[in-house]
Amino acid sequence: MRRITLWLASTATTLVLLFSYHTSTSSGTTTSISSPANGGSVAAAGSSSGPSSDSSPTSGSSSGSSSGSSSGSGSSSGSTQSSTKTYTGAAASTRFGDVQVKITVANGKVTAATVTQVPWRDHRDQEINSQAVPILNEEAVSAQSAHIDMVSGASYTSQGYAQSLQSALDQAGL
Amino acid sequence: MSTLVAPQRTPQAPGRRVFVRQLMGLPVSLHVRAVEPDRPEIELAAGRVFAHLERVDRVLSTWRADSDLLRLQHGELDADQAHPWLAEVTDLCLEAEDRTDGLFRAWRSRAGGRPTFDPTGLVKGWAVAAAAAHLETVADIAFSIGAGGDIVVGVGHGMLDARPIWRIGIENARDRSQVADVVTLSRGAVATSGAAARGAHIVDPRTGQPLSRPGSTTVVGPDLLWADVWATAAFVDPTTTRRLLEARDPAYRLIVL
Repeated sequence: MRRITLWLASTATTLVLLFSYHTSTSSGTTTSISSPANGGSVAAAGSSSGPSSDSSPTSGSSSGSSSGSSSGSGSSSGSTQSSTKTYTGAAASTRFGDVQVKITVANGKVTAATVTQVPWRDHRDQEINSQAVPILNEEAVSAQSAHIDMVSGASYTSQGYAQSLQSALDQAGL
Repeated sequence: MSTLVAPQRTPQAPGRRVFVRQLMGLPVSLHVRAVEPDRPEIELAAGRVFAHLERVDRVLSTWRADSDLLRLQHGELDADQAHPWLAEVTDLCLEAEDRTDGLFRAWRSRAGGRPTFDPTGLVKGWAVAAAAAHLETVADIAFSIGAGGDIVVGVGHGMLDARPIWRIGIENARDRSQVADVVTLSRGAVATSGAAARGAHIVDPRTGQPLSRPGSTTVVGPDLLWADVWATAAFVDPTTTRRLLEARDPAYRLIVL
């Protein structure tokens, strides 16, 4: 199964950008959704390495690490509005190539997201990415932080809801 | 910098509205995406979805002593006075047992007693799938309902050509704070069975023994009712279920974790 995944986490001071891309050979991917308290931030791990979301608390820079070596850079473009900033996430090295995402944050909200680097190695990649990338850009803006919309799992009861991932996602959407 | 900018397909980004209710002992989350998510008809339709599930609970609950199901079982209600949903669900349970070669079974035998009828494993999927129909008449929305881990997604009126993508994370049964897989779909259903959340509540109908093995089984397909039934059957016997699915319900896909 092919999966295109974008993971985007944004809080006031912490930003992790990592985009993992899988094609049909990908094996089990593990994703962790962490700290729902600060708005449902999402971190991710590519299939080739373990959980690997680093976040650097300094504003304007981020380093997501997969098996990659690139580091992210952040730049402020606040000439007109001091609260609008763009951030470029660390290029996440997937085994299919590097992936990098840039987002614009205004007043603490993601207002635009652009994929700046995607693997374009063969015809199949192009076909997948040309469909997936626009969706991802749109999704990043509308969903802001939550990448997963819903969680399917062994049926839980009302008592289990408070601790569930679904609860975090519901809060992010409320 | 080579920048790849998404073409703007819609001038207005769709917003999202979330409704959460506790019904049938389950948390039910309803997410609606629309350009104007605050439209009153969306809220009205959400109310109808929840009202439908409440009615199902009143008729078919295995917990509420005043449900038609329990009153019938306790001899307090004649079968011909019971709500027609009882007959419908009974028929569906028989069909499910047939379709899964007995891997799904709503009748549980008790030592020395009559078998008890517990359609819970089918009722949730059936009820949520039917409740979702109340959203299909609302113009220009996409919706997703999550009911205690089972999901249905769909679109409203006038959205036949739209392909809104919903990303459904499948919980890692071994660590429930983690997502083990992601399924994307724009309409259809995802159901997962496992013993992680409520312990060994799924019984192997062939032995009568509760199943406590780790892991989970997920079925993705067009209708939540059948996705749910197949997910339960697959937790009992994944190998047989995979073979049955391919032969009988090829529109459904099984994921074993």
